[in-house]
Amino acid sequence: MQYIPNTEADCRAMLDVIGVRSSEELFADIPSKLRLKRGLNLAPPLSEAGLWKHMRALASKNADVDQYSSFLGAGAYNHFLPAAVSHLVFRAEFYTAYTPYQPEISQGTLQAIYEYQTLICQLTGMEVGNASMYDGSSALAEALLMAHRINGRQEVVMPLAVHPEYRMVCQTYAGKLGLRLHDVPSTDRGTTDLKEVKAALSDRTCCVVVQSPNFFGALEMLDEIAEAAHGAGALLVVAVAEAVSFGIVKSPGECGADIVVGEGQSFGNHLNFGGPYLGFFATKEAYIRSMPGRLVGQTEDKAGRTGYVLTLSTREQHIRRDKATSNICTNVGLCALAATVHLALLGRSGLRELALLNLRKTAYAKAAISKLRGYEVRFSGPTFNEFVVRSKKRTPAQVNRALLAKKIIGGLELGRFYPDLSDCLLICVTEQNSREEIDALCKAMGGGR
Amino acid sequence: MKDETIGIQGLAFHEPLLFEQGSQGRRGCSLPENDVPEVKPERLLPKKLLRHDIPGFPELSEVEVVRHFTRLSQWNYGVDLGFYPLGSCTMKYSPKINEEVWKLPGFSRAHPYQPESLAQGALELMFELEQYLAEVSGMDRVSLQPAAGAHGELLGMMLIRAYLESKGSPRKRVLVPDSAHGTNPASAAICGYQCVQIKSGPRGYVEPQAVAEAMDEDVAAIMVTNPNTLGLFEEQIAEIAKIVHSKGGQVYCDGANLNAIIGISRPGDTGIDVLHFNLHKTFSVPHGGGGPGAGPVGLKAHLAPFMPVPVVEKKGKRFVLNYNLPSSVGKVRAFYGHFAALVRAYAYIRSLGPSGLRRVAEVSVINANYLMSQLKSHYHLPYDKFCKHECVFSDARQIPYDVHTLDIAKRLMDYGFHPPTIYFPLIVRGALMIEPTETESRETLDQFIAAMKRIAEEAERDPELVRSAPHKTKVSRLDEVKAARQPNLRWKGKAPGQGGSSAG
Repeated sequence: MQYIPNTEADCRAMLDVIGVRSSEELFADIPSKLRLKRGLNLAPPLSEAGLWKHMRALASKNADVDQYSSFLGAGAYNHFLPAAVSHLVFRAEFYTAYTPYQPEISQGTLQAIYEYQTLICQLTGMEVGNASMYDGSSALAEALLMAHRINGRQEVVMPLAVHPEYRMVCQTYAGKLGLRLHDVPSTDRGTTDLKEVKAALSDRTCCVVVQSPNFFGALEMLDEIAEAAHGAGALLVVAVAEAVSFGIVKSPGECGADIVVGEGQSFGNHLNFGGPYLGFFATKEAYIRSMPGRLVGQTEDKAGRTGYVLTLSTREQHIRRDKATSNICTNVGLCALAATVHLALLGRSGLRELALLNLRKTAYAKAAISKLRGYEVRFSGPTFNEFVVRSKKRTPAQVNRALLAKKIIGGLELGRFYPDLSDCLLICVTEQNSREEIDALCKAMGGGR
Repeated sequence: MKDETIGIQGLAFHEPLLFEQGSQGRRGCSLPENDVPEVKPERLLPKKLLRHDIPGFPELSEVEVVRHFTRLSQWNYGVDLGFYPLGSCTMKYSPKINEEVWKLPGFSRAHPYQPESLAQGALELMFELEQYLAEVSGMDRVSLQPAAGAHGELLGMMLIRAYLESKGSPRKRVLVPDSAHGTNPASAAICGYQCVQIKSGPRGYVEPQAVAEAMDEDVAAIMVTNPNTLGLFEEQIAEIAKIVHSKGGQVYCDGANLNAIIGISRPGDTGIDVLHFNLHKTFSVPHGGGGPGAGPVGLKAHLAPFMPVPVVEKKGKRFVLNYNLPSSVGKVRAFYGHFAALVRAYAYIRSLGPSGLRRVAEVSVINANYLMSQLKSHYHLPYDKFCKHECVFSDARQIPYDVHTLDIAKRLMDYGFHPPTIYFPLIVRGALMIEPTETESRETLDQFIAAMKRIAEEAERDPELVRSAPHKTKVSRLDEVKAARQPNLRWKGKAPGQGGSSAG
């Protein structure tokens, strides 16, 4: 199947107008030795029906979180998406548009991004949010680069309780500009050790990073870390990988954060085997000009009517080139739109109730698992919708294999990221997990009560 | 062209912000029932961590939310509405079947950390897509991880840096032609390199002589775009690559314009070491109003040890994720990339097959040359020779009437078209960069040509009509100076019925 309207005859007529005999003449500028002298070695074309069959067969080789009950989180969360989200986001006027460079015919995208920026400010408690970053991990890496632009310092305090893949992305980005990351361990509460943070601080510290809820699901005491960071003249960068927590947990802005970034996938976006997701990025007004990414602002047209435009673009690559605050261009506009729609549907009371539902179900699961013989809850600190379980008898891999036999995808085996937690699982519970599923999980984990 | 056939204004609603409508207590969705004990949040979380409310947050019913976004959508222009000749952006039609296949539960409802044994279809798709992209580009390996073109550029420069470090020194400078996308120098800078601009020659090409003069053993790489942003194939690319390689440098290719040469010439056969693809350009992934796209990176074998982890490999009949690459640059994002975009690109390649992909290049080049041949009677064409996928005009012939590129672009909206890319590439003053793509019919091109000619005539006859355009859009030209001088980047008003102010 091809998607080309012009027939051979149309092309023939156009070539006549151009004044060449064949399309070959239009490619005559490509030197012969640089030409491909054979056909591409790819599978032959499929009809639409054939493609559909092929793709369904491929997809059916994967499990999905509707066939199994899943207790995986770790930066990718299974939440319910109302039908209206997909219907609105996949209106062709939204998804077949480009970046809104021409505001007169892009007011839909622009107003929606302005609304998104407002929602992000409301959720994070910050003053300005951008139009989106690729994902939570790259948003965090860009936050480090921004903090470095603000104070010129070189060292980053990076707790081990930050998502291991986020830390890896930060290392990949920051190393090139000479930033150094200092690991900080966690306490038995599963939270970052404040004493160690203080010990790592100096007048070379650019910023302190904290994730909350952190990778172990535990909530960090942001105000205490903020005080310590600011005392050393460093910035506090807060990462939030599970944005539903904003509905019940005090905002990072209220706790003293200078930059708040994170993953917004939970709002409006499917699991998609890891992407695309939604990086969000918010900060204080004072730092606007150091910020990466696109910004939409409200203004007026010539007749005094309210309208929206991309603004403050002198920070950006298409104007500043190598002096830009970031190289980001295409971001994840449609994922931001999906989050905006989902948040509008949830609204003020729905978001709170959703967060509370996650909190309560997780508390129920945590209490139930803590009573199982052969298991213990590894850390004592308060958690949102994830927690760490230690398996005392069987390895986490053995536990998960037994669960799979019951059509349950168990928690993440932490040994892959933390050798000292190789006997632990990270369990996530959302509103999608019924009490029945949680009870079945406990039963299948075995050990009896 | 009769007036009633062009740019008719529809019924456009005024629509306030989400925050300015609804009333207290409304909600637009239901939640699963709570089937566990209703423990008070104070018993589960320390008081000082609890949040009680988000003042100013929307309170709307489902129908209000649906109307709100439906109305907003009507103020947008998209490829499904009409011709979108945005140069260098390849705004081609995105097949509808692709929007169905990525939503299959096995793709859209799969968790990135689910066991490999339960993700064989996803891994197979990634494995195959890597092979397809390698074949199309003539590269040895492809990383699917980058989220967008600029992200791919960044990864590409990181690979080059890691490779050169392994040879002893990362080197200091990167050569970037003056016709390059702004993301090129920005990506090189994030990678810790200084950029040196290479001036294009009088014919619009990067000249080997200029590269040879700038090239020394402190230069890590050159970043070329081929076909370049004038829509011209860099004829001397092989010589340029030879010069750079002879001093131990690497050649990066911005693959934004791959649409013009797919199946005809492969960057990997022209001396390129690293290249990024824009799956949202060449491979039909919809642009989404500013993403998500995907920017996989193709690379030659000598760079493979530095690829980001994980890479998908085939062991016997099983597909596995390999994280064990000791020299890897690390990761540029969490998980594996924009998987849902990869599914669409894979479906597109399977749908077109080898002959279909080659036809894409042929027809996109015919369409571009057809437009060029028809418009050069009315617009200045600074580089008058056959183009590839796009052609670049300027406003030189309209300037005497005080009509500029921006005015021409805005007036096109009144005729029902999205404007071309304007004021880029920077080497053409007042550039109008037009890329029709292969998915436009001859009739659409003829309508666009007629509109462009009419605007050229209007510029002479009634320049104010063009200068004050657009006249038929929901809003007229917006005050960008005000937007930048008095930034208003979020709503700060009072919500109806809530009384409180918005969160600060």
